[in-house]
Amino acid sequence: MKPAPFTYYDPHTLDEALGLLAVHGDAAKILAGGQSLVPLLNMRLAAPDVIVDINRLPDLDFVTTDNGLRVGALARQAMVERDAAVRDVAPLVTEAIAWVGHRQIRNRGTLVGSLAHADPAAEMPLVFLALDGELHLRRTSGSRRVSAGDFFVHIMTTALDPEEIATEASLPPVPPGSGSAFLEVARRHGDFAVAAIAVVVTIEAGRIRRARVALGGVGPTPLRATRAEERLVDEEPTNELFVEAALAASHDCEPVTDIHGTAEYRRELVRTMVYRGLGRAVVRARTGAAG
Amino acid sequence: MTEIRCIQVAINEQPQTAEVPTRMLLSDFLRYTVGLTGTHVGCEHGVCGCCTVLLNGDAVRSCLLFAVQADGAEVTTVESLTREGSLHPLQAAFRQEHALQCGFCTAGFLMTLIPFLRENPRPSASEIREAVSGNLCRCTGYVNIIRAVQSYVALSRNSP
Repeated sequence: MKPAPFTYYDPHTLDEALGLLAVHGDAAKILAGGQSLVPLLNMRLAAPDVIVDINRLPDLDFVTTDNGLRVGALARQAMVERDAAVRDVAPLVTEAIAWVGHRQIRNRGTLVGSLAHADPAAEMPLVFLALDGELHLRRTSGSRRVSAGDFFVHIMTTALDPEEIATEASLPPVPPGSGSAFLEVARRHGDFAVAAIAVVVTIEAGRIRRARVALGGVGPTPLRATRAEERLVDEEPTNELFVEAALAASHDCEPVTDIHGTAEYRRELVRTMVYRGLGRAVVRARTGAAG
Repeated sequence: MTEIRCIQVAINEQPQTAEVPTRMLLSDFLRYTVGLTGTHVGCEHGVCGCCTVLLNGDAVRSCLLFAVQADGAEVTTVESLTREGSLHPLQAAFRQEHALQCGFCTAGFLMTLIPFLRENPRPSASEIREAVSGNLCRCTGYVNIIRAVQSYVALSRNSP
């Protein structure tokens, strides 16, 4: 099918874009990479009156790695994927981004757009939650930063107001002694996850000092498995501990049954993947290997 | 009311100026306005990969772009591969290895593989499989497509 008619704007400055959103509010949709929005338009699941295409805005196609990671709203996923410096500062991002769609999708799709779209089974929201990421939001009257934990509100619903643009997503530097891992089960390559997990552990003097266990595809937003995290902190990393934490993680979510899998199956996937992920992350933390 | 914009696009190195409705997809622009029907449209929502073209050298889904977004850009379609009536070596390899039956998906496979092979001239079988994972073929079962790419790679390694 073809998109329903809309009024098209392609502003050349951020102020112009923000002005358009201030006027049109929720009658407008922002078009960045378009790899989620345009399918919705073509299938007429969305028919906004106004499209604000931000692809002509200057200075938003950046990826910087000098203090953590900063990704501008027009940085394509493929650009982040190929950037060797990203692998050094945020190996979890590099590991997970290869799971986003296919190359043709990543050549056009943006990382920030994936966060703003907020599919509950998408990879980038999960990773930004696990790494304590932040979204930088702009409107005509000012700007604010929202943590990933507060940004994802519900299925495809975020803290973004209709007059705001997410101009950037950032990650703080990962503490020394950290290791991470991303695992996913999808029906086919490039599909959204049936379930996915991201874990980050920081080891000091032989004990886990900090742990992040994040789960995707098993709730209306990506979520933190807080009981699993609590179980891990201040403990020595042992196989027994990973078994217990993985079991806790599988009870930290309320997955649904759908055509792709039952709730029980997803819970089992979470348990298995968190267990394996913890093992990998701890090895990587100890060896300083990528990830 | 449908808005019309004037765009300038280089298609297969030929500059073109055209008036397009802003909601016209790049895939439809190529097929109906420019008349390049080698780019096929299967699912029209970014899943099948048949409509893959190059935008400034990168493989993209032309059904997920508006023609107006290609203003000022270079677009490369499957028609660019055949020069003076002779097939591109990758096309020849597809023919040789029987990598197509109905041919509907072929343009998308070729336009996905051209930039992939430029970036990775000696791919392993699993890298080839991953490269074409975003292209659906409902005839050949992919085995012959992988074989065609391998035969093209072997040939280009032997040529000076």
